[in-house]
Amino acid sequence: MDNLIDVSSTMLYTAFILYLIATCFFGATIKEKKDNGKKGVAGKIAITLTIIGFIAQIVYFITRWMASGHAPVSNLFEFMTFFGMGLVFAFIIIFFIYRLSVLGLFALPIALIVIAYASMFPTEISPLVPSLQSHWLYIHVTTVSLGEAILSISFVAGLIYLIRQIDQTVKSKRTTWLEVILFSLFVFIGFSVISAVFNVADYHAQFEYEENGNMLTTDYQLPAIAGPNDGKSLTENAMKPLFEAPSWMHGAEAPRKFNTLIWSILTGLVLYVLARLIFRKRIGAAIQPLLLKVKPDLLDEISYRAVAIGFPVFTLGGLIFASIWAQIAWDRFWGWDPKEVWALVTWFFYAAFLHLRLSRGWHGEKSAWLAAGGFAIIMFNLIAVNLILAGLHSYA
Amino acid sequence: MNKIKCDCGHVNPEGTVLCEACGKPIEENQHIDGNDKRKLLNMRYDGSARRSQTYNKSIVDKIWSFFSSVKVGVWLIVIALLASAIGTIFPQEMYIPANAVSRDPAVYYEATYGVFGQIYYQLGFHNLYSSWWYMILIALIGISLVICSIDRFVPLYKALKKQKAKRHESFLNRQRLYSETENVTDEEKDKIADALKKLRYNVRNEDGHILAEKGRFSRWGPYVNHIGLIIVLIAAILRMTPFMYLDDYVWVREGQRTVIPSTDGKYYIENKEFILETYDENDERFQKAIEKEGMVAKNFQTNAIIYKETAPSVAGSEPELKKIAEEQIKMNHPLKFDGYTLYQAGYQLNEFKSMTFKVHETDDPDEKALGTFTIDLTSPESEYQLDNGFRVVVDQYYPDYSLENGEPRSESKYPKNPAFVFFVYPPKSDQAEVSFVGIGRNIDATGENQYKLGVEDFKLRDVSGLTVRKDYTLPFFIVGAIIFMLGVIQGMYWQHRRIWIHPKGNGLLVAAHTNKNWYGVKKDIEKVISDTNVKMVVDQQELDE
Repeated sequence: MDNLIDVSSTMLYTAFILYLIATCFFGATIKEKKDNGKKGVAGKIAITLTIIGFIAQIVYFITRWMASGHAPVSNLFEFMTFFGMGLVFAFIIIFFIYRLSVLGLFALPIALIVIAYASMFPTEISPLVPSLQSHWLYIHVTTVSLGEAILSISFVAGLIYLIRQIDQTVKSKRTTWLEVILFSLFVFIGFSVISAVFNVADYHAQFEYEENGNMLTTDYQLPAIAGPNDGKSLTENAMKPLFEAPSWMHGAEAPRKFNTLIWSILTGLVLYVLARLIFRKRIGAAIQPLLLKVKPDLLDEISYRAVAIGFPVFTLGGLIFASIWAQIAWDRFWGWDPKEVWALVTWFFYAAFLHLRLSRGWHGEKSAWLAAGGFAIIMFNLIAVNLILAGLHSYA
Repeated sequence: MNKIKCDCGHVNPEGTVLCEACGKPIEENQHIDGNDKRKLLNMRYDGSARRSQTYNKSIVDKIWSFFSSVKVGVWLIVIALLASAIGTIFPQEMYIPANAVSRDPAVYYEATYGVFGQIYYQLGFHNLYSSWWYMILIALIGISLVICSIDRFVPLYKALKKQKAKRHESFLNRQRLYSETENVTDEEKDKIADALKKLRYNVRNEDGHILAEKGRFSRWGPYVNHIGLIIVLIAAILRMTPFMYLDDYVWVREGQRTVIPSTDGKYYIENKEFILETYDENDERFQKAIEKEGMVAKNFQTNAIIYKETAPSVAGSEPELKKIAEEQIKMNHPLKFDGYTLYQAGYQLNEFKSMTFKVHETDDPDEKALGTFTIDLTSPESEYQLDNGFRVVVDQYYPDYSLENGEPRSESKYPKNPAFVFFVYPPKSDQAEVSFVGIGRNIDATGENQYKLGVEDFKLRDVSGLTVRKDYTLPFFIVGAIIFMLGVIQGMYWQHRRIWIHPKGNGLLVAAHTNKNWYGVKKDIEKVISDTNVKMVVDQQELDE
């Protein structure tokens, strides 16, 4: 048993490292000269490593399934890890359709960020509550996250398009928004870095506070910048909160999550400023020169194609399979639970995207911005809905 | 109707943008698709005559044009998107947690979320998804779906059916993918035609003019998926009728048999046992997680028997029942019978079934029982006669006792926390002593009672909460969903590709169009011309910045 779990986590770690190395090789393809359209060595190594990494992650998935007795998609750690795996899988599919190496240079780091982010949540194997004990758990969750992963590739292509195309010679609204997108990626990295640091330091600070007439204790794993409203510190020598979390935040463990968010943004900001100091220009402007060889119309095509492929998969997993399961478990196929509503919002968004592609003026840059908006909605549904809005899906 | 005759001889309906047969742009109509300002032709719906773009005089025309606009459709989708998102800011009324300050929305939103909560409540957002305006919004999307589809499908179908292989030159050179080659041998032309067939194109040849077409059926995908969506919307309307859909709830106590509501008294359920299991904290798999998170429920289960009434019961007599099912109802394993479905939906542990009291002398340190009596809490009697002559009258019964502003009251009618006010008459006396007895409470109001009542024993039982459902709309939803999925797959995973070969002098014009995946069609053309002198097509796309 313990062996299986060990194998499982080693394999996930292996996959992580392989993706990291593969990213470097995808980076090397930029400098490579193409002779007669043949792919260079670096590209071949990169995709091979990616596939080996993906297989390692499948081994992680299977061994963890064997150890726990249920498909590892039942808590936020397992789900986000699976989503990262889906991203890699979707990238591999799109890569073999379009053979565009630069896609890997962006898709893999995003998958890495997602996996690193996931591993900061509790990784213990948790038992399934009665409502989750159904085959539909893995049918629904795997399909929906695969759909969302393919849709995310649309964002990856869109992001490359934006970095490639936006005029960086002058500061504009567009350069600013692009920096906002890039900064939000830094925030995810910031979360992983700061969680890892205090994890190693084994930091704990406990607080007691009142919520709806119940006394609750919460365990902060990061020093409290924002403490619970009217909270009392239970740990000696712990840092005193600088201020209290707003009283209207009512979700489970809301003050602790709010504190984590502050830490992530601060750390992300530090990393971002460091990067800006090193490059001495906007991050977008720093990356742009690497992308001059990429054809923008191909990026636009990939971005649209990913939505065309991902949309049916998402509908099937996120709306249809979800409804079937909800009908069996909760006696209604649709209940306006926040997670359900946000799946509908995602669906509406991509439906609008597909219809806008029919009209002139929505290809190219506007389309790329929309792809970024869609990714933001997906991430909101994956993370924020679980952490902020209470509901049936708040298993984190 | 002012039909338009093209140079090629084909007669087109009024409003046609590109001749249905040869594709030549019809001069006076180019503004409709915006071709007049651009070099490339707008190929959507193949330049066919759409009602919405042609007639705009009567009110009907105007309404039709309004709803047939994709722009309007997208706006409706975006508004629905924003409205749906707003509904998740605070919980909907049905999700107000049980431990909230108050389950009354008028109190809850303001008390919990302050002034924003109050505004939210006053705008009716606590019931957003069943509000009239949200439903109208969804209905408008439905209307838009129908009109958009009809407006486009009919003319597009006709245009694709009538298209000829021989196209006008100006149609070809205004395509996105185009090339012109001066000298091409007949042998090469044949090679190209063969190569196209090999790639499973449907090749039509009219006097050397070739139309190679593939995947036309994918053009119908959007219309198929819209039909699916319409069926889903119709199913949603049907679901509002009580004939098609019923939703009820029944609480049934262990050992009790009760009629299932909303079945016209025809079905009864008996609760043999309710089971709540939790995970074993010593299970090595889950040990760590349980340590951290606490006990985790493993199973909610009601062992139930379903009876059907065989003969209509006469008032007052026991109904005649026949057992039709005996099953374990668990989460994810509902019980189905005769079109009804029962779901394990709730439970109440440890409700009091009966309580046994004893009477003893107030100053007896051993509290030796002088007499005992048992009250069945589902049907308490008003008076109990004890063996040794004591008489106990039940003055007040609070099944779910609580004290509010100093006044005793019952929170519910269920015996969760029973309490009594008793009048105790000692043997041969009509002077009653007043005693208040509950769980962990025994109050002597006067302080002068000679006799005291104590709880000697009690029996507990669990209560199962089950949802009762009958839903004849499910098949409609399923059919709608299947058609929708087939439609999107048809439209998204296949593409409609067309390649035109047009002989000109000794040479050839090549043009191509696809509704998506231009990369794929380019690769096809590369393959087809690989052994020939024919020039590769140039992508003339005008990317929007």
